[in-house]
Amino acid sequence: MSLEQFINEAISPWLKEDGPDSDIVMSSRVRLARNFEQSPFPLIADEKQMESILYFMEKEFNHRSYLQYKDLEFVKMAELKQVEKQVLVEKHLISPHLADKSKQGAALISKNEQVSIMVNEEDHIRAQLYFPGFQLEKALEQAFQLDDWLEEKIDYAFDENRGYLTSCPTNVGTGLRASVMMHLPALAITRKINRMIPAINQLGLVVRGIYGEGSEALGNIFQISNQVTLGRSEEDIIEDLKGVVDKLIEHERHARNLLMEQSELELEDRVFRSYGILQHSRIIESKETAKCLSDVRLGIDLGFIHHISKSILNELVVLTQPAFLQQYAKKMLTPNERDVFRASLIRERFTLEQKEEY
Amino acid sequence: MECQECKQNPATVHFAQVINGEKTEIHVCQQCAKEKGYVSQEEDAYSLHHLLSGLFNPKSSAMHHQSHKATDKELQCDKCGMTYQQFARIGKFGCATCYHTFSEHLNPLFRKVHSGNTAHEGKVPKRVGSDIFQRKKLRDLKVKLQQAIAEEAFEEAAEIRDEIRSLEKNLNHHEERDDS
Repeated sequence: MSLEQFINEAISPWLKEDGPDSDIVMSSRVRLARNFEQSPFPLIADEKQMESILYFMEKEFNHRSYLQYKDLEFVKMAELKQVEKQVLVEKHLISPHLADKSKQGAALISKNEQVSIMVNEEDHIRAQLYFPGFQLEKALEQAFQLDDWLEEKIDYAFDENRGYLTSCPTNVGTGLRASVMMHLPALAITRKINRMIPAINQLGLVVRGIYGEGSEALGNIFQISNQVTLGRSEEDIIEDLKGVVDKLIEHERHARNLLMEQSELELEDRVFRSYGILQHSRIIESKETAKCLSDVRLGIDLGFIHHISKSILNELVVLTQPAFLQQYAKKMLTPNERDVFRASLIRERFTLEQKEEY
Repeated sequence: MECQECKQNPATVHFAQVINGEKTEIHVCQQCAKEKGYVSQEEDAYSLHHLLSGLFNPKSSAMHHQSHKATDKELQCDKCGMTYQQFARIGKFGCATCYHTFSEHLNPLFRKVHSGNTAHEGKVPKRVGSDIFQRKKLRDLKVKLQQAIAEEAFEEAAEIRDEIRSLEKNLNHHEERDDS
């Protein structure tokens, strides 16, 4: 398979689309946690109870469509190889928990990979929707429609006082986790982000790295999400998050302008050094890859680099993850082999770019 | 500092091991730490609920703990069998009924996790919660009615009153049907 083909299959179609403020906001996500009223939560349910949830979901929803999301495909974890599950994790379509821990886990995934409904994760249902760029309201609107569609068939565990009942007390109420993935290189270079994170936390929002809880902000990509799910309406939760993200966008743009005014040459130097490393290195680890990709993407946004598509950051951050490399290599790779393979994949990807342009 | 095992990656896991009173410092990368079993896979999942489980027993005085033990012991969910102590340890509910079983203990916990909130505001399921939805609407309308009266917007108040009446009629109708 050629790299071009591989990338086409590897990158979720929606991720290639442009969204509002996509120079800074890479994607918006809304996730709803729901449970069946009658069955114990997956944490303590026995094999048979989980199987019946799995069977029900497959019977009622496999190959069905809702809105523009046609033919949702029911994928059972038990039928996937380890590396295939890992690829779904790296594409953010399923959680590491579903891939590794869940017995009788499954996911309903739409063709364009914008919708993914995890079954038998920590909760019976974890429905999530992705949008390119900054589109939280639209994501919430469609998540509500998805929720209503599921509810036609499922008796949800719901309490008038506590709301949607979830396995973990941190999700009860709305069961809503809204998050945005942001590329904030200028705030990171100027170290302003370190001072902003505690302030954001005080507003009841959480800042994490790209692969969720406990992960480092690789490539200056930060994930901002709500913490509180109880006692506030979904719209209010989204509104709060949106307000903070708006501010962050403003600060990032301001920091970019300042950098351009005060140290344009240094910035240009930084961008082209990273560009050079990506184009020519023979061995590269994921951390350095992420850093260089962040610089190059910033270089594109600031107009230093032309002829390279903006989606290269989104694309390569995913493609250079271990499972993707192994899938492309079609074999298991040791960490050292991965670094070699990663470098060659990146070089190939940049060559592809030049072919398209000239 | 580089990883002392593979000597390639930067060391990101640092800790001291004490075996038979002898202390050794260990500096390794994440990869090697996992391979050598220094950190378990669980470590990745280290998350909020570990922190949370500390919130269940906010008063650490041993006396207090003792006096509570007797009552806590009796609390067990009759649907899924989870005891309050189990719940406090793992920090997760076993089933929907647990919310009722442990209900008296939940407000302090929810307040801590959800910035002081204990009750749901937001979406209500259409089918399962149609009555709930109506009742909530009724409550909201009554608040609006009071506001309208306070503002002396009587025309608006009359409209709201009519709406309330028809809603109440609907709800009563529902309940009668359920009884029969």
